[in-house]
Amino acid sequence: MTDAAAGAPIIELRHVDKWFGEFHVLRDINLQVYKGERVVVCGPSGSGKSTMIRCVNRLEEHQRGEIVVAGIELTSDVKNIEAIRREVGMVFQQFNLFPHLTVLENLTLAPIWVRKLPKREAEETARLYLERVRIPEQADKYPGQLSGGQQQRVAIARSLCMKPEIMLFDEPTSALDPEMIKEVLDVMIELAEEGMTMVCVTHEMGFARTVADTMVFMDRGEIVERGPPQEFFANPKSDRTKSFLSQILAH
Amino acid sequence: MTDVAQELPLAAEPRPPAGAGPFGWLRANLFSSVSNTILTVVAVALLAVTVPPVIRWALVDAVWSAPNSRACHGAGACWAFIAEKWRFILFGTYPYEQHWRPFCAVLIFIAMILASCDRRLWGRRLMLVWLAGLAAVGVLMWGGIFGLSYVGNELWGGLPLTLILAIVGMAFAFPLAILLALGRRSPLPAVRMICIGYIELIRGVPLITVLFMASVMLPLFLPAGMTIDKLLRAQLAIILFAAAYLAEVIRGGLQAIPKGQIEAADALGLGYWRRTRLIVLPQALTLVIPPLVNTFIGTFKDTTLVIIIGLMDLLGTINAALNDANWRGTSAEAYVFAAVIYFCFCFFMSRYSQMLEREFNKGRRA
Repeated sequence: MTDAAAGAPIIELRHVDKWFGEFHVLRDINLQVYKGERVVVCGPSGSGKSTMIRCVNRLEEHQRGEIVVAGIELTSDVKNIEAIRREVGMVFQQFNLFPHLTVLENLTLAPIWVRKLPKREAEETARLYLERVRIPEQADKYPGQLSGGQQQRVAIARSLCMKPEIMLFDEPTSALDPEMIKEVLDVMIELAEEGMTMVCVTHEMGFARTVADTMVFMDRGEIVERGPPQEFFANPKSDRTKSFLSQILAH
Repeated sequence: MTDVAQELPLAAEPRPPAGAGPFGWLRANLFSSVSNTILTVVAVALLAVTVPPVIRWALVDAVWSAPNSRACHGAGACWAFIAEKWRFILFGTYPYEQHWRPFCAVLIFIAMILASCDRRLWGRRLMLVWLAGLAAVGVLMWGGIFGLSYVGNELWGGLPLTLILAIVGMAFAFPLAILLALGRRSPLPAVRMICIGYIELIRGVPLITVLFMASVMLPLFLPAGMTIDKLLRAQLAIILFAAAYLAEVIRGGLQAIPKGQIEAADALGLGYWRRTRLIVLPQALTLVIPPLVNTFIGTFKDTTLVIIIGLMDLLGTINAALNDANWRGTSAEAYVFAAVIYFCFCFFMSRYSQMLEREFNKGRRA
């Protein structure tokens, strides 16, 4: 955290709790993310990492505590939710591209319908971002005709076309074949270098070391440890973090 | 150490040719095994027994012109009946010298249906064309303006009536069905209960009952002196009935949409209606084209039931034509004629749905 620490956090979770039925998935979560900060969230499966970032754009509803994103508090007010979603891009594990639309249409849909951009302008922006994720030649194909890595890069471009303030990544490489992970991570690293505020749930510890300003370790619904990556990887404080890191870094 | 077979990748080779010529095809498809051979022989025998008599009846021995059915002697079909009555069958009791008007209405319907087949024309303009077309059909059929004499809709009959009931019925039932299907999945309990109640109530009752209720019971609930036209009542009954069935078909498609699609649309900030219109419905409707067309074909044929409340649709005019004492014993010919017309429309719908499926699946297989 260098100059990023200045000003109010762009994402703030205060004492957030969430239950799935009777199951207490998030327990007293406190997290601040500042503009330009790159946060990597890791932890064993079922620890609530995905649920936490899905709360940030209301794909999941929290039952207690406060979440403020870009100065807007998340309540059940649909207007607030939609305002936040416009500013927050999200990339999913399963890509979730729209299979009935071409790549270009996937990218221009939200800018045209939500941002009300003229079609032409939206297409220009879309081609620009396709260029940046290095697949300009796939614009007129359907998602089903692309490889997993290409689909995930389209998904990243689709989020970027909305010019979001924040990008959330929910295990973006977990559904990819090993040889495609790198092409997606490269795009994400570039994005990080440009100063995008990012919250990534991922098991890619190499990526985390390269780009993270802050590491967050979650286990059983709570944030166990948080800190800059050098310290986090070199001497984790909690035993839970130690045992997780030893498992994930063993091979 | 690994063994390296060669430095260059193997070159692609053409696929070896499959079994040779028509003889090879016959062998592979019709006589590949004992049971297949038996099936082939039985099928050929069945065709040999049934097809020649039908051709003899319908074409070879048929009588094409005669003053009445008694003059139609012989074993063949008496097509003279159709030749004599075709205008009445097609247009019913519509004034004879004005038959060009329902004829034009039918042409407009067919033209609009054909235009709707071209996906490139889909859009707001096609909607306008349909509205204009329906208005033109109304003007032609009713008249009363542009120098056309007024023809009340109690005189309408035959093919135009069938087409109006079916096409207007489907056109209104479809959007209603979409709303019902969405409503049935709504998180709001009141909306959900209303939609479930409606769908289950209508589905639990035969169309005949709905038609009877529309024609007999509805007037009882209306204030004295107020009447709703008989045709309109039948039309409403068909719309309400078809919508309930279509709604369940559409709901099936909605259920098949992965949750991730909805989350992705939400994450982009699309909101419920845009998400539904741009992401959910296009995919859901594509998935259910076969059962959707199934229901449309069913609705088309169900319109024949309006005969029981005294409307003269295509089947009604045929029954009326058969009452002519000069043409006793020609019901086979009459119903074959009706069957051919119904078949043409239904077969067209079926082919159209297959074309749509092909079109939508282009390049989309994941």
